[in-house]
Amino acid sequence: MDLLRTPDLVGNRAQDILLPAKAAFIAASIAVALAFNLLPWQDVRVVPDLLALVLTFWCVHQPRKMGIGLPWVLGLVMDASNGVLFGQHALAYAVLAFAAQSLHRRILRFTLWRQALHVLVLLLGSQVLMVLARMATGGTYPGLSYFVGSVLAAALWPLVTYILLLPQRRPVVDETTPI
Amino acid sequence: MEHAPPQFFHRGPAPVARLTFFALLSVLLMVLDARFRYAEPLRQVIAVAVYPIQQLAIAPVSAVTGAREFFTTQTQLRRENAALRTEKLKEAPELLELDSLRAENEQLRQLLDARAKLPAGEAIFAEIVYAGRDPFSRKFIIDKGSQQGVKPGQPVIHTNGVLGQVTRVQPLLAEVTLITDKDHAIPVQVLRNGLRGVAFGSGDGSTLELRHMAANAEVEQGDMLVTSGLDGIYPSGLPVARVIKVERDASYAFAKISCLPVAGTDQFRQVLVLANMATSPAWGDAAEGPVKRTPKAKLRHKAE
Repeated sequence: MDLLRTPDLVGNRAQDILLPAKAAFIAASIAVALAFNLLPWQDVRVVPDLLALVLTFWCVHQPRKMGIGLPWVLGLVMDASNGVLFGQHALAYAVLAFAAQSLHRRILRFTLWRQALHVLVLLLGSQVLMVLARMATGGTYPGLSYFVGSVLAAALWPLVTYILLLPQRRPVVDETTPI
Repeated sequence: MEHAPPQFFHRGPAPVARLTFFALLSVLLMVLDARFRYAEPLRQVIAVAVYPIQQLAIAPVSAVTGAREFFTTQTQLRRENAALRTEKLKEAPELLELDSLRAENEQLRQLLDARAKLPAGEAIFAEIVYAGRDPFSRKFIIDKGSQQGVKPGQPVIHTNGVLGQVTRVQPLLAEVTLITDKDHAIPVQVLRNGLRGVAFGSGDGSTLELRHMAANAEVEQGDMLVTSGLDGIYPSGLPVARVIKVERDASYAFAKISCLPVAGTDQFRQVLVLANMATSPAWGDAAEGPVKRTPKAKLRHKAE
């Protein structure tokens, strides 16, 4: 379970000092999440928005490498390819990125499942924004099942954290490791 | 100012300022898209750029579907073949009759000096790529676009009946709005007695509403609604929906009539995109007097 524990700010252990995240890896993970979102889902309501989750992850773990512009552009891509109101996902992702970046110090102090609760609130908030935007422009209310995707996505947070932190972990830690 | 942070730590505008900028930009885009439809070119550019990623994502799924089709057992095929043969045989007399009826119809029309019915244009066969992408509306995406000659406004049908209408076209994909969408209206008539009306999507995602019918209008539960062809978009006589509930309340001028569409997207993948009836004469022909914006024309405008 050591891998699943986040660093205590006071008592850092050697294996918890991570290597810097590679920009290429960040880009690749975002591309995979985007491809997942673009799969031909028959009912998108019960599908977790993996792109939002991965963007939240990088905003929390690498706030300096993720601006608000990239999430915004990816939101536009989602809007264009889903054929929904243009700017809906862009707004939601921009706000999501901003909130995640502002809260990143706080979120990282918690254990993974408590982090997931924070992420759930962030994802639900972004969905509420989209619902408001659509209702204002004459859309139909999709029902509470619309928010199921966010719950599933938040439940995936520990797994996503584990996978996306793998390349930054040191392969071997022993007495000869300098730090 | 000697205590200002060095350039090294400079990180550009404050996060709140950036958020405000991007949020305002998104709101602007949303307004442009929802009210004026100005975002279409940008949307097309992005959609085309993303198309390869989308195809890459779809590839494994279509490979599985293809493999499943390949391994369809022989017995299944033979059974299907036999069923199709009997069906064809059953329909043969009617088909033979059709030719003579068509000729007779032509003669009668000439006798009545009626304008011959508009010839049916070419239909485009398409497959549904995905449906239910937008929980806020009722739409699906088909695998044919402007490259294959799909144009906005074309009706889309299935063997059961009308599905909807092409509302947005990209080079290789097109978006079809279902007749159950809240913003969709389709002129219909009751098959039993020819009573005309307009059916609107009810917004709950699965039913239609026959609005503005008088409380004593002769519509009964179980009535079949077919397209009336008055809008110049849908050819007449296509099955649309079946009336499932008629509520007559004396305190309202109109009856509340709910209908269930005969064709749904969850049963099949193949659809037919019919050619636009664009060859029809413009509304308000010179011979018929001054150009007037008739309710029909308005309807067509709305449907587009």
